[in-house]
Amino acid sequence: MTAEDAPPFRARRSGLARLFSAYGQEIVIACAILVLFAVVSTINPRFLGANNLNTIVSGNAYIAVAAIGMSMIIITGHIDVSVGALIGVLATISGTLAVSGYPIWFAWIAPVFVGMAVNAVVGVLVAYGRIPSIVVTLGMLSILRGGLVSVTGGAWINNLPPEYQLAQQRLFDIPAPVWFMILFTVLAALWMRHSAFGRSLYAIGGNAEAARAAGIPIERRTVQVFMIHGAIAGLATVLFATQLKIIQSTVPPNLELTIITASVIGGVSILGGTGTVIGSTLAAILFSTIGAAMIFINVSPYWLRAVIGLLILITVLVDMARRNREMRMARR
Amino acid sequence: MRKLLRHETILAVLVVLALIVLASQSDKFFTLDNILNQGRLMTEVGLIAVIMTFVIVTGGIDLSVGSILGLVAILIGVFWKNMGLPLPMAIGLGLVVGTFAGFINGIIITRFRVPPLIATLGTLALYRGIAEGISEARSVRGYPDWFFVLGQGQVLGVPTQLWLFGIVAVIAAIVLGYTTWGRATYAIGSNETAARFSGLRVDWIKIAIYSSSGFAAALAAAIFVSRVSTTRSDMGAGVELDAITAVVLGGTSIFGGRGTIVGTVLGLILIQALKNGLSLAGVKSDGTIVLIGAVLILTILISNLFHRNGNR
Repeated sequence: MTAEDAPPFRARRSGLARLFSAYGQEIVIACAILVLFAVVSTINPRFLGANNLNTIVSGNAYIAVAAIGMSMIIITGHIDVSVGALIGVLATISGTLAVSGYPIWFAWIAPVFVGMAVNAVVGVLVAYGRIPSIVVTLGMLSILRGGLVSVTGGAWINNLPPEYQLAQQRLFDIPAPVWFMILFTVLAALWMRHSAFGRSLYAIGGNAEAARAAGIPIERRTVQVFMIHGAIAGLATVLFATQLKIIQSTVPPNLELTIITASVIGGVSILGGTGTVIGSTLAAILFSTIGAAMIFINVSPYWLRAVIGLLILITVLVDMARRNREMRMARR
Repeated sequence: MRKLLRHETILAVLVVLALIVLASQSDKFFTLDNILNQGRLMTEVGLIAVIMTFVIVTGGIDLSVGSILGLVAILIGVFWKNMGLPLPMAIGLGLVVGTFAGFINGIIITRFRVPPLIATLGTLALYRGIAEGISEARSVRGYPDWFFVLGQGQVLGVPTQLWLFGIVAVIAAIVLGYTTWGRATYAIGSNETAARFSGLRVDWIKIAIYSSSGFAAALAAAIFVSRVSTTRSDMGAGVELDAITAVVLGGTSIFGGRGTIVGTVLGLILIQALKNGLSLAGVKSDGTIVLIGAVLILTILISNLFHRNGNR
């Protein structure tokens, strides 16, 4: 439920309560991050070292950026399970351009446009082909993943020029990916909240028929939001691919699920129509903090995923309990 | 009902076309040995896909099946080797754990009202994580010979697991098509609120379906372990997408309320035939994955063209 369509009784509440009802999920996650930092740093003070903080956030900034686009897709009432494979393909394209003598800026910008083009196809199939987005992106996942391995043969890209390493740059001692993450999150949050385009995405996800009756061109918006999502995936790719001196032809397993989870834990309802990109970015930071915290308090690396899975589930259950309660209160 | 037939007709035509083209590429394709062997390879995804059909018909989805497969595979090994239980008991316990994992999915989905996609996304991470934690990257080998009958042996000239798949598929087809359970499954998928007001025990039916899904994944795990003679914690990763592809290819609406077991089996056969035929024709397996993705999109697109309102 967005602040705009909140029932009238909320207007009588204090400013703080209003803030909480509009950004409840974001506040919960921010608190979770703070508690985690407090607990882990009392166990192991080195956790709060500036270098460590930078590593935690910077290494996973690309997930936060990709989750921005994913949030827009889910808010519109769709889903994209192919984004992990897309990032893998775009990384290889970008790396190949960089090592075969094209200008560096071109290697950085190409993923954005290729991502946009690929997702334009997805968007058209969803909007005009009337195929559910999960089916189209499931097919696209196979096409991209299989295509990447058959073209590269699983080979890695080495010998990347040093100036290609965008993610290694720092400004005021903060790594570039962190700056990009903050910049994109703020821009996207403002755009989703205040632009007619952003509001129309909420409208489509909330009630497609009502949106159509209100004159929103649903098909065109769907194609556009998929293209924007593709472009953002391209930006995320650049942050991902320029971290290391090599580019593998694989991405972390289940990357698309991590990105979707970040969006959803961040408060984007999988049913569409609600949520903010600030929440998804916070959730991505929470994930990377959990991962790093496990290492600092000496949890066996073998149990890492189990602990993360359990925490994801607990967050979801707490969130659902909160939403169910709010829904009951709103009905009264 | 006519719509359903239409999609399955298109699919059947596609299957026949694929078989003809593939058979002309290689003499080995249409040999009995090859066909039976392909059935063997299809069983694990097949068992999961058959029950996934029920899940998707209710409008849900189960992404955790691959992780349950991995978890149960590890547990069978640990129960037998590390805890010294007899192997049949280890397998039995594995099936219980798998069913319980599915039951937990059902509870999270029905009691806490978490959307199935999110609930099973969470348990996907959790179950795989537990499998990794228990196994600590060690594999279990050295199973007794009789156990390999399940995954590598034959009964009456047909691979053992294919019998098992046949039995499960027939029972599932009868339950979904001809029993009140099946009708209730469709009713939930078409309109859950209406189903609830009609007095159907919606939550209970859903919990039963997700538990069965866990059971199917556990059964697939036992067959998988027997077929490859070893256990590893990464077993079954990505199998959920294969199963969902087969189900959707088979004409089941991802939004629920529509779909048949026959369609799912046709979808499975088409995928397996493509994989096998292309590899015999010299196409690498990655190229085959590309084609399966394209076939999935094209089939639904063509099916949508035939009836304008499409797959919703």
